[in-house]
Amino acid sequence: MPKRKARVSAEECVACGCCVKVCPKGAITVPRGISAKIDSELCVGCGKCAKECPASVITLEVAQA
Amino acid sequence: MKQEKKWYDYLWIFSLTYLILGFLNILFAWIGLLCFFIPILLSVAKGSKAYCNKYCGRGQLFSMIGGKIGLSRKKDIPRWMKSKYFRYGFLIFFFAMFFLMLWNTYLVFAGTRELSQTVKLLWTFKLPWHWAYHGTLFSPGVAQFAFGFYSVMLTSTVLGFVTMILFKPRSWCVYCPMGTMTQLICKAKNMER
Repeated sequence: MPKRKARVSAEECVACGCCVKVCPKGAITVPRGISAKIDSELCVGCGKCAKECPASVITLEVAQA
Repeated sequence: MKQEKKWYDYLWIFSLTYLILGFLNILFAWIGLLCFFIPILLSVAKGSKAYCNKYCGRGQLFSMIGGKIGLSRKKDIPRWMKSKYFRYGFLIFFFAMFFLMLWNTYLVFAGTRELSQTVKLLWTFKLPWHWAYHGTLFSPGVAQFAFGFYSVMLTSTVLGFVTMILFKPRSWCVYCPMGTMTQLICKAKNMER
């Protein structure tokens, strides 16, 4: 099973921060209030953020090596 | 790693209390201005959406009722509802209605219109609300603003509640006019850099 990481479609992100609250790794921030940003070093691909995102703009994708 | 709860994780109590107080004495509606000015100040001064991200009690309330209690289908919001057209359109509509409310308040202040002891739901339905009015020490305009502002707050809560049930718990965040506006302010501030 390849490693997967969360990815935000920044253009559609509403910067509400729901994902920040559910991330168990503290890997998400909303820098400058524009859109959510995922630290892929910290992301474990659990998918909680994708589930929570009210706009459904977070997807889990296979990380590029 | 379970995240520790911070003081601001309990602001949903504030939002819930606000809604209840509006049923007891409409003048409490004035407190709701905090939910307008704090997010704007935070975005203008700090260029952040800290209000949405941390403090918004309404968001917490939806997330509890829809998430923990489970009163939500947890389906994806329709594509058009997260489009910029809808989000910006709703922001414009919301503010147009807001200024109309301010105009009506002005008319009562000016004495050209009688105080209407009603709460207008969804900009359409006038609900009798006289039981929450016990007079005011100031101009009836002060009470008119309270009725008008509470109408805005109740209407947006009802809309948010409906989309919470239909889609994800915090669907309201997608088209929340305050959220859209503060994001625009943050984007504008970032362009200055």
